[in-house]
Formats: sequence, C-alpha cells, structure tokens
Amino acid sequence: MKEFLLNLLHNEIIVYSLMAFVPLAWVVPFALFAVWWERKISAHMQDRLGPMRTGGWHGWAQTIADILKLIQKEDIIPTAADKTLFKLAPFVVFVGSYAAYAAIPFSAAYIGSEINIGLFYVIAISSLVVVGLLMAGWASNNKWSLFGALRSAAQIVSYEIPVALSLLTVVMVTGTFDLQAINRAQTGYFWHWLVFQNPFLFIAAIIYFVASLAEVNRTPFDLPEAESELVGGYHTEYGGMRFALLFLAEYANMFAVSAIASTAFFGGWNSPFGDFLSGPLWGAFWFISKGMVFIFVQMWLRWTLPRLRVDQLMYVGWKVLIPFSFVLVVGVGFWVMIFR
Amino acid sequence: MGRYFKNIWDGVFTVLIGMKITWRHLFTPAVTIQYPDVKLKLPERARNRLYVNMDDCIGCDQCSMACPVDCITIETIKSTPDVDLGMTSVGTKKRLYVPRFDIDIAKCCYCALCVYPCPTECIKMTDVYEFSEYERTNLIYNYSVMTPAEIDEAKLKLSTYEKEQAAKKAAAPKPAVPVSAGVAARPAPLTGPAPAAGTPQNPEHKP
Amino acid sequence: MEAAPAIHPATGKGSMTVPGLGRSLKSEEMIINMGPQHPSTHGVLRLELIVDGEVVVDVIPHIGYLHRCFEKHAEHMTNYQQVIPYCDRMDYVAAMNNDLGYAIACEKLLKIKVPDRVEYIRVIMAELQRIASHLIAIGTYGLDIGAFTPFLYCFRDRERILDIFEQTCGARLLYNYIWIGGLSHDIPPTFVEKVKDFCRIFRPNIKELNDLLSYNKIFIERTANVGVLPAEVGINYGASGPILRGSGVAWDLRKNDPYSIYDRFDFEIPTGKGLMGTVGDCWDRYMVRVHEMEQSLNIIEQAVDRIPAGDVQSAVPKRIRPDASEVYVRSETPKGEIGYYIVADGTTSPFRVKVRPPCFVNLSVLPAMSRGAMIADVVAILGSIDIVLGEVDR
Repeated sequence: MKEFLLNLLHNEIIVYSLMAFVPLAWVVPFALFAVWWERKISAHMQDRLGPMRTGGWHGWAQTIADILKLIQKEDIIPTAADKTLFKLAPFVVFVGSYAAYAAIPFSAAYIGSEINIGLFYVIAISSLVVVGLLMAGWASNNKWSLFGALRSAAQIVSYEIPVALSLLTVVMVTGTFDLQAINRAQTGYFWHWLVFQNPFLFIAAIIYFVASLAEVNRTPFDLPEAESELVGGYHTEYGGMRFALLFLAEYANMFAVSAIASTAFFGGWNSPFGDFLSGPLWGAFWFISKGMVFIFVQMWLRWTLPRLRVDQLMYVGWKVLIPFSFVLVVGVGFWVMIFR
Repeated sequence: MGRYFKNIWDGVFTVLIGMKITWRHLFTPAVTIQYPDVKLKLPERARNRLYVNMDDCIGCDQCSMACPVDCITIETIKSTPDVDLGMTSVGTKKRLYVPRFDIDIAKCCYCALCVYPCPTECIKMTDVYEFSEYERTNLIYNYSVMTPAEIDEAKLKLSTYEKEQAAKKAAAPKPAVPVSAGVAARPAPLTGPAPAAGTPQNPEHKP
Repeated sequence: MEAAPAIHPATGKGSMTVPGLGRSLKSEEMIINMGPQHPSTHGVLRLELIVDGEVVVDVIPHIGYLHRCFEKHAEHMTNYQQVIPYCDRMDYVAAMNNDLGYAIACEKLLKIKVPDRVEYIRVIMAELQRIASHLIAIGTYGLDIGAFTPFLYCFRDRERILDIFEQTCGARLLYNYIWIGGLSHDIPPTFVEKVKDFCRIFRPNIKELNDLLSYNKIFIERTANVGVLPAEVGINYGASGPILRGSGVAWDLRKNDPYSIYDRFDFEIPTGKGLMGTVGDCWDRYMVRVHEMEQSLNIIEQAVDRIPAGDVQSAVPKRIRPDASEVYVRSETPKGEIGYYIVADGTTSPFRVKVRPPCFVNLSVLPAMSRGAMIADVVAILGSIDIVLGEVDR
C-alpha cells in the first residue's frame, strides 16, 4: 500500500500521514460497532433483547445516538483539579492504545510501519496507557479516583510481565520480532499456526489472553472500573466527550490486544485454508475476523464471571501467571533446541 | 503445592462451565417483549386503576371507610321523596345524590379493600396501568356526574323540603295531653291523627 | 457528611490535635461514607466505615431513611384487615410472609381456626414467596460480586412466580391476599397446573445457577472465609434466618416452633457447613439460601397435590373486635424471624402493633462481622445479610 500511495502522490510526508490515519478509520467505526455488539451479546446471554429501536433494525444506531448525547454534554472539570493534566489524560490513554496500531499488520499489503522490532515496540508503547491513567486519577483531585488509578496502574504493570513472557515464546520459535515475519512464518493451513505447533505455545496463548484481559481492565479484572473504592475509579470525574474518548481508548486497546493475539498465535492475516481465500484483501478479512473472535471471547468472559478483588488479582498475576510463563519460556527453549 | 495446582485447575474448569452456560443462553429466545409495541394481556383479576360506575353508586360510603390510605372522598345529599333517582343494576333503590366522589389515584395503594364492601359492585379495579399525567392534580379523579347547577338544585330542594317538614311539624296540632295524670283511672285516648309521624301525603316515605 | 469529628463518639477512635504537640495523635484512621445512595442495590442505608488504610476498623449503620410509620398507621386504621396492605409494604420483596405472620397473630387473638384449604394455600404462597425473595437475594448478591448474568436469570424465574401471584390475587408485589381468617380470593383453576409447571422448570435452573455462580472459583474466592459469623455471636445478637443457619445453627421456626401446618410436610433445614471456607462465612449464608429454595420446592410439591376442598372465606369474620388482650406470634420469613406483638383494646382497631423485624436485628450483626475485613469485602458481607430497608425501617 505504501508503494501504491507513493506512486500516486509522490510525497512521502503526505503518504505517511495517510498511512497513520488508516487504523483510525478502522478503530473509530470499530468502537461504535463494538459497543453495540457488546450490548447485544450481553442481552442475548441474559435472555433479553438489547437495543432494538434506535435506527430500526436491532438498534444499530444506538452507539451513534450515545455519542451524540455525549457530545452535547456540559464539559465539567472539578475546580481544584489540575486542568492541564485532566484534559491531557484521555489523550495520553488513547495515544498509548492507538500507537500500537503502527506495527500491527492488517494484511500482507498493509502495515503502518514495518520495523524489525515490531512486537517489542507494541509491548513497550502500550505501557503509555499507565501514564495516562495515573494522570487521570491524580488530576481529578479525588482521593478515590487516585486509589482507583493507582490500583489500575499496579494491575497493568504487573500483568505486563506475563504478556511479555508469553510473547517471548513466540519470538523464540520464529526468531524475529517483526510482526510481518511472524505472520509469514504461519502461512499455510491452520495447523501451521503457532498455537498448534507445540503444547507450550498453546498454554502461552491462553496465558497471553488472560493477561491481556487485565491489560484492558475487563472482567474479571475490572475492579478499577467497577465500584472500585465504592466510586468509579480513575474515570469518575470525567464526563461527556472526555469519557467517550477514554472508552474509545478502551475499545481500541481491546482490539489491539486481540490483534496481537491473533497475529502472534493464530496466523494473523493468513487464511486457515492455505491458498484458498487468501490475498491482500482476504488477508485483511481474516485478520479482522480473528480479532473479532477474540473480542467476542472477551465479552463472553465479561458477562459470565464475577470480578476479582485486588489482592486476588495480584495473586493471580504474580503467583500463577508469572511462574507459568517462566516455565513456558524454559520449555519452549528446550523444545526449539531439541526439535530444530 | 497440590492445593496450588488444584486451585488453578478449579479456577479454569469452573470458568469454562460458566462460559458453557452463557454460550447456551446466547441461543435461547429472549423472554422480554418490546413493550410499547407489544403489551402483555393482564389476568382478569389484575388490580390496576380504579373505576366507578356512578349509575350504580348508592353513596353508602363503605368504600371510603374501607380505604386504608383515605384516598376516596364522598359527599352525599339526601334526595327528596318526590324524586326518583332510579335503581341500581342489582335492584337497590338509590336514595342519595352523590355530588362528590373523588379518588386520588396517586394515593391509592391498589389493595382493592374498597371493592369488597361495595353492595352494588360499582367500584372495580380495571387493567389500565398507563395513566401517567404531567400535573399531579390531574390524578384526582372526579367520578361524580352532577353539574354544579344540579348540585345546587338538589341542595336547595333538600333544604326546602326540610324546612317544610319542620314547619309542618311545628304547625300541626299537639296531641291531647292527659289533664290529671293520677285521678282518672284511664287516660283519655288520643284522638285525631297524630300529626308528626307518617304524614298522609307520602305514606311510603321512610327517611 | 458532616465535618469529621475529632474523636468518634461511638468508637472512641479518630485523630485529635493535642495543643503543644503540634501534630495529630493518630492519623491513619479515616471515616468513609457509604452513603444512602448505593452502588449495591439494598435500599437507602448509610454505612459509616472507619478504616485504617485498607482494613475496616468499625462499621456504623445509619438507618431510618425509609421509615414510614407502619406501627403508628396500624393504630389509626378503623379495622384490623386494613393493616394488611401496610404489612405488605414492610418487606416488599416477601410480602406474603409478612401478611401471614400478621394474620396468624390476629387469628390467635380472635381465637379463629381457619379451614385446611386456607392453610394449604397459605403455605404454598409463603413458600413461593420464599423462593422469590431468595432469588432476589442471590441475584443481587451476584451483582455485588460483579457477575451480571445470574441477576437476570434469577429475575426471569421470579417473573414466573409473580405471574402466578398475579393470576391469583391481581397484584405482583404487594398482595393484600392473606386476610385474617382466610384469603381474599380462591385460587384460579389453572393454579395447580401452573405451580407444578414452575416447580418442574425451576429445579434445573437452580442447578444452572449453581454451575454459573455458586461453584465458580472466583465467586468462592470472594465469599469464602469472608465475614465469618461465629454461632454464639449470631445467637447473642438475636440473628435469625439464613444468616444464623449459615453459621451452623439448625434453627428454623417452621420446625422448631411450628405454626400453620408446617408440621405436616417433610423438608430439611439447610445449615452452613463450611464446605468452601469457615463455617459462617458469606458463602455458607449464600448456599443456605440456595438450598432453602430447593426445600421450598419440596414443600410446594407436597402441598399442591393435597389441597383440600373448602371455602376460603368461610372463617373471615364480618366484624373484628377482639377482647382486650395481647398476643405475640413469630413466623419465619425468608429473612428470618418476624414477630408481631398486637395489643387489642376491645375496639375494632388495634391499640398497638409492634413488629420485630428480622432485617433490623440481622443488620446489627454487620459491625461484628466486618471488623478486620477489607473495604471491598464490606459490600460482600452486606449482600450476604440480605436486608430489605423497608423492613429495617418499617
């Protein structure tokens, strides 16, 4: 795609800016769709109907109506809040989630930036979200927001380790951090996908998925969002469009981690049927479908499970996921050594 | 150590069982209906808004006395003997005008205690439940069908009649009182019509 | 919240600046307000938490936000039957049981014996209401812990019970059905079939609920070993109902002090056994409620086949004018032991009706159970007591 646009426009700066906006053209409609989809899935799991009226067919325009409502709300900033940080925080959170899209390959023909440390970059840049959360909690000038933000930061930081370790197993098997190369290494039928290559990678995929739930603050790890400290956590004082931006950031993050899961373990833009239905556009279709499957599983878990208390959350992160990830790294190392 | 692994296994296994249940529910039909477009039919005994059939009301006040929250206010005017107010559907003769029969449906607690004592079964609970109003005073339902002119006329008639009755009572000759109570063995019998009770004009008038 | 007091009057804790010292004596304890508006749906209750960091040092419940002067209203009714709508509204999620207690108390006062048909139907209604009330308790408890779906499944099943009630007496929540001396309506012809249908549909749903919520490891982690109520503490506080049975005390008025015709039915009293943690923790109290629903189904199935023929209004007195006397009758509601103390003075309206509400007494155990717990656990403990503020405040 880069070459195509360069040939068309002959201006590198414009081409790169356009390439940077392509994921946004995906993320924003996706967030609108995902909120609607979550409401419908939760409704049908609970034997009810969900949005049905807004826009006619099954309430498809419900999220658009919600966004319009949020746009016209009064922008309230607490008097004693730190105004600069308060206003900046949602943007930092969004940037942290969105910047990861630069290195995620949507198809063989499109990747924002083909860098050879793609996976490393993705893990590192998504840590920026923590800074945004802390800014939100601190700038709200509300001790409960601060507690919620600190807890959320602790949760995200502790679960970065199992995320990194399980992705490390993928790197050990494929030998590269470059996400496009990882994808190319999984070409073929679905049994060529990394998740089926060895049992350690299978468990690594599960550990990555669970740890990524904590990264995005989804149930069962959503104590920061739910009644953390009896109030709302780090986004208590946010209303209107700022709140909408925080939620857009959350859904962008959800898709980003699903995309990484599908890229690293489940073949990315590769078709499961080998050459049948493959190609640049089909690649984008497969990639998005796999991402949606993981989003569906995240929503499914949200509506099934109760939430963990903070100390139990830390226990699961440090005492269950991390030891297992270490064992996996060692195991994959031995596997690679023996079977290559 | 064994407990550690058992806990992890339990955690994963029970999560998967829970997920199976919610997955199954994804495909069961919804139990809710789309309310304003589809409305459930209420059972016949449903207790919702009150309705009073004023044709049958005899103004006995039983419902008002039975109400635990005092939401029914009734005022009655006695009818004069020359007026025939008609019969109720169960055969009772109506004797009272009902100029005021207010039910404050906002206070009503829908207990149906007013329905049971009504002798003519004119107060009933219907199945109407969509009766929201913008003004709270609109929730005071006035069931009486008398116009202010009719009410004044009835009051006037009653007061006129009562004055006539009082005048008749005062003007009628007093019954003969025995002159000496102790001397005569037998007191003189009362002669002439006893004027106060049972006026001959309206033999069947019973107050 | 008012300005934080220097030394808290109830607990003697707090911080105080000593002149000359230049700094506070004790600065770690904070007073947090779980205000009348709650994230967890238990009604208007204000909990004042005194916390030391993360750990709760004391909980002081402030009640009275839903006080509606039930006892005063009862004195001004012209008739004993008129008090029954007010009784409904105390514990509004379990109205049949409240009415039953009052009706039995008045019948004892008037020395009326109700026909067997009335007794059987009353038992069926009371047990159906027990299931409905426990469904709310379980559903909202799941919601407090963070599981959103069981709440809706519980409400879907509760709707079936409320439909049965609506077909019988016309109302879904506040029935005015159980009258002194009888019932307001006889059961409709479809009643027996519908109740049997409900029992048939509901049993597998209890199993589904157990799979989804009760035995879920995360739920167990949140509720086991949390808020342990030792049996002696519970008895000393006067707790009753599932929270006492959850601590292992097999005390249920339907068996220990039978009223109505409960002695004719075969059912068990579930108690907490500490299967997942300690005896008397939140999980035990929750599981006692689940098992009680199953036992209620047993009672209903036994009763619905044996309803004798008769007239439900034959013993309803035309005029209720008891002699000047007093009576105290207690019965088992889903929340615990409710007691009605009625003083009659020879007129048609009661002189005094005093209610001993189970939730009010059960709520008093909250501080004893939550000392030493974390803030996030207070929500779980409060949910496991299952209070309804209408009954706490009357």
